[in-house]
Amino acid sequence: MIDIAPQAMTVAADLLLAQPPPQTLPARLQMAFTLMTHIILVPLGVALPFITLVMNWRGLRKKDEVALKLARRWSVVMAIQFAVGVVSGTILSFEFGLLWPGLMGRWGGVFGSGFGIEAWAFFLEAILISIYLYGWRRLKPWTHFLVGLPLPAVALLGAFGILAANAWMNSPRGFTLDASGNPSAIDIRRVLFTPLLGPQYWHFILAAYMAAGFGVASIYAVGWLRGRRDRYHKLGITVPFTVAAIATPIQLIVGDIIARAVFREQPVKFAAMELVWRTDTRVPEYIFGRLNADGTVSGGIPIPWLDSMLAGFSPDTRVQGLASVPVNNRPSPELATLVHTSFDLMVILGTLLFGLSAWYALAWWRHRDLPRSRWFFRCTALSGLAAILAIEFGWITTEVGRQPWIVYGFMRVSEAVTRSVGPATIWTTFAVIVVLYVLIATAFIRLLLRLRLRWQLADAEAAVREAPEAEKRPPSEAGTTTGNTPPPDSAEGPPQRDDEDRDGTP
Amino acid sequence: MTAATIVALVLLLGVAAYSCGGGTDYGAGMWDLAAGGVERGDRPRRLIDYAMAPVWEVNNVWLVFVLVITWTGFPQVFAAVFSAAWIPLTLAILGLILRGVGFAFRKPTRHPRSRLRFTALFGVSSILTPFFFAAALGAIASGRVPLGSRDATIVSSWLNPTSVAFGLVSLAATAFIAAVFLTGDAGRFGAPDLVTYFRRRSVVAAGAFMVVGAAALAVVRFDTPRLFAGLWSGGALLFTLGIPVLTVLTAVLVGRGIPRIPRVTAVGAVGATVFAWGVAQHPYILPTSLTIEQGAAPSSSLNWLVLVVVVAAILVIPPLVLLYRLDAMGALEADHDEDLKPRGST
Ligand code: HDD
Ligand code: HEM
Ligand code: HEM
Repeated sequence: MIDIAPQAMTVAADLLLAQPPPQTLPARLQMAFTLMTHIILVPLGVALPFITLVMNWRGLRKKDEVALKLARRWSVVMAIQFAVGVVSGTILSFEFGLLWPGLMGRWGGVFGSGFGIEAWAFFLEAILISIYLYGWRRLKPWTHFLVGLPLPAVALLGAFGILAANAWMNSPRGFTLDASGNPSAIDIRRVLFTPLLGPQYWHFILAAYMAAGFGVASIYAVGWLRGRRDRYHKLGITVPFTVAAIATPIQLIVGDIIARAVFREQPVKFAAMELVWRTDTRVPEYIFGRLNADGTVSGGIPIPWLDSMLAGFSPDTRVQGLASVPVNNRPSPELATLVHTSFDLMVILGTLLFGLSAWYALAWWRHRDLPRSRWFFRCTALSGLAAILAIEFGWITTEVGRQPWIVYGFMRVSEAVTRSVGPATIWTTFAVIVVLYVLIATAFIRLLLRLRLRWQLADAEAAVREAPEAEKRPPSEAGTTTGNTPPPDSAEGPPQRDDEDRDGTP
Repeated sequence: MTAATIVALVLLLGVAAYSCGGGTDYGAGMWDLAAGGVERGDRPRRLIDYAMAPVWEVNNVWLVFVLVITWTGFPQVFAAVFSAAWIPLTLAILGLILRGVGFAFRKPTRHPRSRLRFTALFGVSSILTPFFFAAALGAIASGRVPLGSRDATIVSSWLNPTSVAFGLVSLAATAFIAAVFLTGDAGRFGAPDLVTYFRRRSVVAAGAFMVVGAAALAVVRFDTPRLFAGLWSGGALLFTLGIPVLTVLTAVLVGRGIPRIPRVTAVGAVGATVFAWGVAQHPYILPTSLTIEQGAAPSSSLNWLVLVVVVAAILVIPPLVLLYRLDAMGALEADHDEDLKPRGST
């Protein structure tokens, strides 16, 4: 157990109005909206450089033009995504001041330390991405590759800074409070390396690799399903999918570890995740279900004892319940249900992705090739979306689960929120931001679609040029003979196998 | 020098760097807006697109850097400024997004009318954003950011003579530095007509910068006498006098067609403007309610920040120099540009 609860019960906190200021709701919604948008881009920023470099290296080592072409195209996507990430990330930094001045004024000097790392890591990332992207033509190939080489490490550092800040908000320590309640005597090492950091960090990095790997593979899986079964598409699936498939089983183990870390550090959040009302042993695990105001659970499938088993490997493990803390120190039943549902969905999606990875591994082990079933490619086409959704649900679990605290046990969200303007103004900015984000998302998607079209046309033209004897065919089919002669292992079967859905091997 | 002073200096350096790097971008947006109709403005706009693309993200990071250093090194200042200058900072960040929208949408749009609409969006937000940023700085400089966030007067804190003067100076400065940089870019891309085009604009903008600067000084003299006095004494005097000297020098060098050096002097002129303000309000970080020492975070955080900045300098400066050099040498070329342009408009 943590030793912060008594300090947290400061008079100020107790005297706090039962009703949070009216600015709180729009501020939280705006923060949540902008964060949840930003986090869609982040996995690509963290993991796409690595996947692209693997492809680039393969292309240079094996003089493989197809691999180089893929790497080059991915780096374009990387750059567009980075630009949007920069804008949405800058907005987040402003929101810290515009929405949560109370948080920053009191605690900025403590948990800002993490962001200090983030700032220069992004700096380095922005510089290297610019050189890598704009250097394809004029730099020597290996020099160009070397410029990109630090990118994955730099991205890891940037994510470290942000997650250190978030983990600190969840398990704050490394300071003492002076007479006026302000932090002093800050111990940076303890601020950065809080107990939740390790699990949170690796869980997030793995999530990023999963999302980027499955995400890229899903694009080429769609092409594959449309009959473009050339080496280009095969490489586009195998390299990123392999990265993601390696990350997935590790992710489930780390997920289990993080759950027990939350059980130790944030017992009330854990209670919300598992809908535990009364502190008890032999607590059942609910799959879905809704928490009522009186502490009962409606709906859902209870599995006896499982929750205690998961938390402490024994049915005798005591699990603290929501009712054990005063009502103003815990999330409301509605929020608890949201946390619980998000948590369940994350776990379910993770398990499904694990199944898909196992299928892939089995096929590779059995006949050194992608699975043959169309269902595999259909699932792969959805896997990127599933991984992104898992990330969103994971963050909802983390962030809503710590309510009503903004700094767990030390400051409430209602103490942190801005009073400079009224709620109507914040609702207005929130609405404007939503509209602008929709516009940006439209531009982003339009740009990606346009790129895809261009590339398909370019490939079709190249195919026609390289095979003058071949009759002119529509681009979608011409794609099947793109580039070099397909290696023998990708030539199995005729291109169209619509009727073979039952072919799934395992 | 105490850790707090070092961090404050780094902060000032960050503001100066953003004023130059980000300022060049904003100024380019203004010239883009002023370039005229679809036909006439096509070539300058093409140049601006090309010149901005490889470096704008990096320029934007300066802004993030400034925010992070402020909330870690001077948390109370961060909270106070964002409370008092809530409106201009909100408008600035909305402008920043709008700018991105305009820029991103214009590239793949073919229809002349809608292209012009996005051009207008891009240009107008390029004016509003630096204006509001500078107005927020004006709120600080004129002592209108109180410590307790409740006491802030949310409108007059930034809608006052000093803030407006700051805003106008920032517009003139960004237009000036952008014109100088675009002259160089035009030379690099081998477009002699555009060299002449932007050379003329550099000289005009330098003049405008001087006139607006002098007018701003007059405004500051009666609205914020303390700042005015600060500008004419001690270390600040050096910077105050440096502004006109470097600006005129830049105009002369650009006018004579001397390459590269005008960029350095233009950066010097804009940087000197920022430093003149910062040094003039020393020792206050929020005149006159909080000094740098009073506003600083606990010493361990400050030492950490100094360490972070040193590491950052060691790790970031070499690649940064490489980027700006490669960019200046023309070794960075948009690989995907044809992909993004409307088909048929090569
Ligand atoms: C691909 C994404 C993905 C997948 C498959 C999983 N997770 Fe997760 N999870 C995340 C992505 C994620 C995340 C978005 O990255 C979070 C949000 C905060 C964090 O650090 O990681 C997260 C948070 C998070 C938390 C809350 C941590 C906190 O509040 O500090 C727990 C307890 C788990 N996860 C547990 C699991 C378990 C038991 C999983 C599977 C069996 C699982 N996660 C699969
Ligand atoms: C270092 C990383 C992060 C920090 C510092 C942070 C900070 C905050 C802050 C200040 C708030 C508002 C106060 C509150 O309601 O508790 C908030 C809320 C929220 N954040 Fe985070 N956040 C981080 C990461 C994320 C990410 C990546 C996501 C997900 C995509 C996320 C999702 C949310 C959500 C959903 C809320 C609203 C919770 C509610 O209903 O009140 N956060 N976060
Ligand atoms: C766990 C949550 C987060 C992670 C892992 C993360 C990671 C990243 C990454 C990798 C980028 C680089 C751009 C890209 O590749 O898309 C980025 C951009 C950015 N993020 Fe986030 N982010 C998170 C949440 C936040 C939060 C809460 C903030 C608010 C302070 C923030 C601020 C920024 C900023 C300012 C940028 C732009 C940096 C630049 O200008 O280069 N991020 N983020």
